[in-house]
Amino acid sequence: MQGDLVNFADLFSHIGQHTVDGLSKGAIYALIALGYTLVYGVLRLINFAHSEVFMVGTFAVLGLWTALGVENNPPLGQAVLFLVLGLIVAAIASGGTALAIERVAYRPLRRKNAPPLIFLITAIGLSLVLVEIFGLVLPKLLGDLVPSMFGRGRIILGMPTIIEQKTLFTIGNTDINNIQLIVIVSAVAMMVVLDRFINRTRYGRGVRAVAQNPETAALMGVNQERVIMLIFVLGGIMAGAAALLWGMRFGFTQNSIGFVLGLKAFTAAVLGGIGNLRGALLGGLFLGIVEVYGATIFASNWEDVIAFVVLVIVLMFRPTGILGESLGRARA
Amino acid sequence: MIDKIRDLDRKRTDALHSVGDRWRALPKWQRVLSFVAFVIFLYYLPLLGIPGLTWLRTDSISGGSNWAGVLFTCAVYVLVAIGLNVVIGLAGLLDLGYIGFFAIGAYAVALFGSVNSPVVQWIQAEFNLPTTWAVAWAICVFIALVMSLISGVILGWPTLRLRGDYLAIVTLGFGEIIRIVARNLEGVTRGPQGISAIPGPEGPPSPDNQIFGLVDVKPWYWLAISVVLLMVFAVRRLENSRVGRSWLAIREDEDAAAVMGVYPFKFKLWAFAIGAALGGFAGFLFASRYAFIDPTQFNVNLSILFVAMVVVGGSGNMVGVSVGAVLLAYLPERFREVADYRWLAFGLAMVLVMILRPQGLIPSGRRARELKDRAAEAEEAPAHV
Repeated sequence: MQGDLVNFADLFSHIGQHTVDGLSKGAIYALIALGYTLVYGVLRLINFAHSEVFMVGTFAVLGLWTALGVENNPPLGQAVLFLVLGLIVAAIASGGTALAIERVAYRPLRRKNAPPLIFLITAIGLSLVLVEIFGLVLPKLLGDLVPSMFGRGRIILGMPTIIEQKTLFTIGNTDINNIQLIVIVSAVAMMVVLDRFINRTRYGRGVRAVAQNPETAALMGVNQERVIMLIFVLGGIMAGAAALLWGMRFGFTQNSIGFVLGLKAFTAAVLGGIGNLRGALLGGLFLGIVEVYGATIFASNWEDVIAFVVLVIVLMFRPTGILGESLGRARA
Repeated sequence: MIDKIRDLDRKRTDALHSVGDRWRALPKWQRVLSFVAFVIFLYYLPLLGIPGLTWLRTDSISGGSNWAGVLFTCAVYVLVAIGLNVVIGLAGLLDLGYIGFFAIGAYAVALFGSVNSPVVQWIQAEFNLPTTWAVAWAICVFIALVMSLISGVILGWPTLRLRGDYLAIVTLGFGEIIRIVARNLEGVTRGPQGISAIPGPEGPPSPDNQIFGLVDVKPWYWLAISVVLLMVFAVRRLENSRVGRSWLAIREDEDAAAVMGVYPFKFKLWAFAIGAALGGFAGFLFASRYAFIDPTQFNVNLSILFVAMVVVGGSGNMVGVSVGAVLLAYLPERFREVADYRWLAFGLAMVLVMILRPQGLIPSGRRARELKDRAAEAEEAPAHV
């Protein structure tokens, strides 16, 4: 504990390694951050329950792999199949959860034009409910049926290793392993697809229109309710993808996993400029790197504090984030 | 189904209002007399032996917990709710990190009052004091108040310029930071081990403590309820003062308040600091009573419980938040068989109350009107999101 409280030597000697670690962590934050950013961009509200959308995704992936009887290190062909199936199931589960949240909690409040604080409190309550459903209700109901998932409730559940981690190539003294590469590449690919979707398609135009001016968009024939459903589903799908990548990279889940992760993803969204899709990617990657650097400089048990301190500092000096708020203004 | 619930709820609030109207119609001496009777009843509660009411006692069920202990917890939570009500209910700032102030108050008495704390041990070594020396409990009160007040200002200064929902997330982070710092700074807080031998009014727990001991909790409850009554009085005065009116103005429309010459930042900071001090005081009582604290006691769930007490009870109304606090502290203790489900129930209660009755169970009249206004606006402009 003494002496190595501040440790710069390790950071500089392995800076490449830490950067890669941070990027692969940040890519997951970025994917979750998209959910916050999309909803904020259109509705100007922070969907606090989004972290639980991610949590449901990780459970869906674990459930699927348990049901398929996946063992550690399956052959490559099967591994790819499991991953694709995992992506589909996680996307459906998370997207569905996000949609359900919108229906149950937000729609009735929107009808009443409730102040933003009320949306937030509802979302907090809902996120508590979801955490408890996975930590308490499902274990009681399904504990005997699926002991590996719900047997004891609230415990950390390991996921099978689908792809074994091995070093692909080395640059200088930086080892880049296959999982890190997959995580970063697929996360960036998903972001690019989403960015294209929002900026190039008809549906995306609807989203941007509502983000910019809901009333005018409604007059122009944009179905607002559908746009809102769309953004929740899109955010949910991204969270599902993040859940799969999380399962590959870290290999565990828990009913309370969403809280800290959600806060970090939110920090990433704010960092990049909440409401801005590209900002979310930038913010996520940046936060991942800062966190890994910080954990090296201080001790790893300070890691969570670093994200919060970054959040406070960003909000103090540049509350609109690195790229500024803009879902509607992005070349509308 | 929802309409049915709404209907029942309307009848309930009508009944509540008529009770309120009758109360206000009573002559003053009758009101004073019944208030005094109520206060006496509050002090009598731990001895509760009225036939028919004894089933209220939590030790009347098998394996139930100490009745006075539960009452003490309720009183501390009411103090928390009153403090948080200043922040959320009056000034309209959603503070999700209130547990941080509670923890600071608790750690203040632990760090300065306990002979086991590294801080006290360092002072002893520095000034050649005997190993039994520690800061007296009565002085710790001021240390706890000042520390939580200052931490409220430190947190509020940079963050209160933010919009409401950003503020909520930042404060949530703050609560976590306090807990992680308490866990990681082993040289100061003894980390996960926690600090024991925290003093009460009679010094650290020992067999010669006759009144404020660990076994008999009744005196602790009487102490806590006295503090609560004092604070209710103080906050009520504050509410009806210029400061209180400024808070309401800011809550209702910050820009309009600013135009009318109320400087929002200053009053928001005041609300934050006063709320923090009350939270710190509650934490201080809590730590003194249990004589032991560790970082796991100050988790996020508890912070959300605090918010739930305020919003479920009826934010902005002191009676409402007190009832909310008592309900949320008492029900899991009395109905132990469902205690496992309490977090689920809190979550559901928060969602249901917000959707059906955003003004809470016992609303403040002003806030109810405010929400009605917004709903009417929504009717007029259906296209608005």
